[in-house]
Amino acid sequence: MDVSKLMAIMISMVFINNFILSKFLGLCSFIGVSKETKPAVSMGLAVTFVTTMSSIITWLIYRYLLIPFNMTYLRTISFILVIASFVQLVEMVVRKASPGLYRVFGIYLPLITVNCAVLGVAVLNSETFFQNGHTIAGSFLMSAAQGFFAGIGYLLAMLLMSGIRERLELIDVPRSLKDVPLAFIIASLMSLAFMGFNGFSR
Amino acid sequence: MKSLIKEFTKGIAIENPTFGLVLGLCPTLAVSTSLINAIGMGVAATFVLLGSNIIISAVRRLIPAQIRIPCFIVIIATFVTINELMMKAFFPALNQALGIFVPLIVVNCIVLGRAEAFACKRPVLDSIFDALGMGVGFTLALCIIAAVREVLGAGTFLGFGLVKGFEPITVFILAPGALLTMGILIGIVNYWHIKLKTSKEITKAGCDGCK
Repeated sequence: MDVSKLMAIMISMVFINNFILSKFLGLCSFIGVSKETKPAVSMGLAVTFVTTMSSIITWLIYRYLLIPFNMTYLRTISFILVIASFVQLVEMVVRKASPGLYRVFGIYLPLITVNCAVLGVAVLNSETFFQNGHTIAGSFLMSAAQGFFAGIGYLLAMLLMSGIRERLELIDVPRSLKDVPLAFIIASLMSLAFMGFNGFSR
Repeated sequence: MKSLIKEFTKGIAIENPTFGLVLGLCPTLAVSTSLINAIGMGVAATFVLLGSNIIISAVRRLIPAQIRIPCFIVIIATFVTINELMMKAFFPALNQALGIFVPLIVVNCIVLGRAEAFACKRPVLDSIFDALGMGVGFTLALCIIAAVREVLGAGTFLGFGLVKGFEPITVFILAPGALLTMGILIGIVNYWHIKLKTSKEITKAGCDGCK
């Protein structure tokens, strides 16, 4: 596991294959929660945390439970169950242990269970780092990195979008385009800009 | 009978999952690159919706209210897995094209939303019609988006070439085109709502729309 591979994953997940702007994963929360910067950043942090942890957990489950017992067809059902219970657990722990942290991102945790980005990165990991039932060397670290940087990419897109939408509040736009439709159009322009990163790393 | 027809038609028009409630955006935008993919995704989602609605409404009295969401998710995930395996066996090309979005039907807000809002409160027959209506509405909405994108982005319709010498605007079958198409279509729906004064304008989307 060398640094160059890690860098490649970072650039790919944050810029080229940004989860929201080029893969459409987590779009619901992107449009729904990006009206103001503060909640948007909190949501981004919560997603980053959950994608990282769920990448690690689902990798362990896939490698040590599903593959040895030849049950890879149970991938979807086991991943979603594990992610849902993990998120629930974290919410309970955070609420009890640290009210400050709970205020920052705890309230967004229940929303994240059904966020496609979280299940998406788990499924993606199981597809890219396991081939014909064999693990690729260093895949544990790589999948953790993929989860983390997918979350960072999400956070970046959230931050940019909420900044733009905050300013739009004051601008007079056609009534039929207000809010949601305009958010889509802005996202489209951002996505166009992010396409410029294509070909950045081979 | 009349009420059943009402359950069926509401999903197609007023409470259309895409253009009325704005749910399940991720697969909507990701798979609408061509009309064939859109129909495939629509049928797959309808199958899952139908299966999960039937089972959930059949066992609705047995599920304790506190743990209903995990129960719903397990039931939905079962149908998604059935769907995934059948697709791999019978439509490998479609499965390849839809890719990661086949297992991701499990987190599609439409399916969980119908379970929570409808199937866990109503009898089986109503739920069947509700699922069919929502499924058809979702498929139709997907087809509208896909038709716009395929015609503009590839110059074809269902794979057939349309106009000779038309230079396709490739960006429409890429990510930005999907978002632009969706934004403008919602804008048109809103314009229509404002014009008819139906007060059903779309002001919320996605997770916000669920509340």
